[in-house]
Amino acid sequence: MRNAFSEALYLAASDNPDVYIVVADISPAGSMGKFRDQYPERFINVGVAEQSMIGICAGLALKGCQPFAYTIATFSLYRPFEMVRDDLCYQNLPVTVVGMGAGIVYSTLGSTHHTQEDIAVAGALPNMQIIAPCDPAECAVATAYCATQKKGPIYLRLGKAGEPTFTAKAADPWVFGKLRYIERGSDVCILTYGIVMKMAIELAARLKARGQSVSIVSCHTMKPLDRQGIADALGRHKHVIVIEEHAPQGGLASQTKQLAWDCQAKCRLDTFTLQDAFIHNYGSYEDLMTAHGLDLELISARVGLK
Amino acid sequence: MPHENRPNFFDMHRSKDRCRAYRRRILDISQQVQALHIGSAYSCTEIVDVIYNGLMRRGSDRASSDTFVMSKGHGCMIQYVILEDLGVLTRNDLDLYCKPGGILGCHPDFGSPGIEASTGSLGHGLGMAVGMAAAERGRRSGNLIFVVLSDGEVQEGSTWEAVLMASSMGLSNLIAFVDNNDFQSLGRTSETHPSFYPLVDKFAAFGWDSLEVDGHDAASIYDAVVSRKGDRPLMIVAKTTKGKGVSYMENVPIWHYRSPNATEYQDALAELDVA
Repeated sequence: MRNAFSEALYLAASDNPDVYIVVADISPAGSMGKFRDQYPERFINVGVAEQSMIGICAGLALKGCQPFAYTIATFSLYRPFEMVRDDLCYQNLPVTVVGMGAGIVYSTLGSTHHTQEDIAVAGALPNMQIIAPCDPAECAVATAYCATQKKGPIYLRLGKAGEPTFTAKAADPWVFGKLRYIERGSDVCILTYGIVMKMAIELAARLKARGQSVSIVSCHTMKPLDRQGIADALGRHKHVIVIEEHAPQGGLASQTKQLAWDCQAKCRLDTFTLQDAFIHNYGSYEDLMTAHGLDLELISARVGLK
Repeated sequence: MPHENRPNFFDMHRSKDRCRAYRRRILDISQQVQALHIGSAYSCTEIVDVIYNGLMRRGSDRASSDTFVMSKGHGCMIQYVILEDLGVLTRNDLDLYCKPGGILGCHPDFGSPGIEASTGSLGHGLGMAVGMAAAERGRRSGNLIFVVLSDGEVQEGSTWEAVLMASSMGLSNLIAFVDNNDFQSLGRTSETHPSFYPLVDKFAAFGWDSLEVDGHDAASIYDAVVSRKGDRPLMIVAKTTKGKGVSYMENVPIWHYRSPNATEYQDALAELDVA
């Protein structure tokens, strides 16, 4: 996903001389090196100084540029939080704050490097928009969108590297602010976003093996959330399952529950999230996800597959 | 970085008259509202006057104009009255300061005429100014970015991040001032944080051209900018007096944020009129 982002950004910068990237001492993966070599004036490395990363992006945007701030998610959103709020959201500037390696993908680095509540934090800010692509292909199209939109700030929540592509044969195209059906079914609907899409696809395969007709949906735009799209999904399926790599509050699960109440949904609704806890577990990403309860076997059992 | 249409002469006498009128206008506005940052505005009156009326190039549009960022947002009354004087803000805008239906509050709000950045929380302005300077350099516009910081802001780590970046990027189109009145809520900075000084040495050590001037001597402020070498960002440490111009306000912390009562207003008026 990281490489898809950097290639899409390089292409955007080639098209538009106002596209800048401001990074905080992060290794220039993929095409980022190409960006730095070809457009050195538009590649700004602030070092380990994230507050100035956001402030500089704000200043560039105040002068009409289209900047991206880029580092590991916890350092792009949490460390310079007041700059994100005041400089970007209050002034409503088209700056993309890229949160790389979001969620708990940096498992063994500990919770200093995890963003398990970033959607809630970013989503609480007026004017902030949030995009969380599920695979490298979505990441590329979302990045191109971020590089051209002028509406306001965006928090772009990315995974790390090496994620597979799930959307090559998606039923719907990617449209900002709209749910994207990867597959359409009629019995069960799985709502998810980000790289945990992999688990959603695996769960869907198990459900389909039991004869269920399954919708798989990428809720890539987490703010503004496609409330009508979710209400429709709740109305058209017997069973809706939310899987998200985020704390229970302020993410897709809690918002879907609110919507289910608002639209008086009759379907069964199961939600699976990270726990509201710092878990001191230093195994793999999958091990930490399991410790949080995001595990294919656990979820399968909870939704009646065992 | 010379500009053909940037003023190359600064009339000290006219500056003195303007600053007297600006302080008077702020004093009058103070009688319309419960409170305003009067001492903070009086502290940087000459600095902001020199920037707007002596140094800034104002072209036909923003793309051909220099930029001013009031990083010490609480000092914005002086910016407002100068923008009124220049015809950017209206008398009505200032009459409705901090009132329903108005557009001007206690801190500059991006989107209001003449306001290039929202500030108020300390330690934000210089970082944004670095980004602006980078954008102007990228476009080869020749435009300058002027910033006024409070000395309190120089305690913010974010300010030092921006200081480090401006010189590392070689942003010679960035000209900043510290309104060094040595006062904070809990007293004199030189007493509460003696290691805060010396300031010029700190900025110089971070790769800036830096010098100290009398922040109420408009000619010195002007000369410090026009005589700069111009290959680095410039930080002018302006030694100032909080509440300058009204004796009972000078160096008295309560006047950071208080409006004079009727008697105090008359006393202040008398002092400003003879200044």
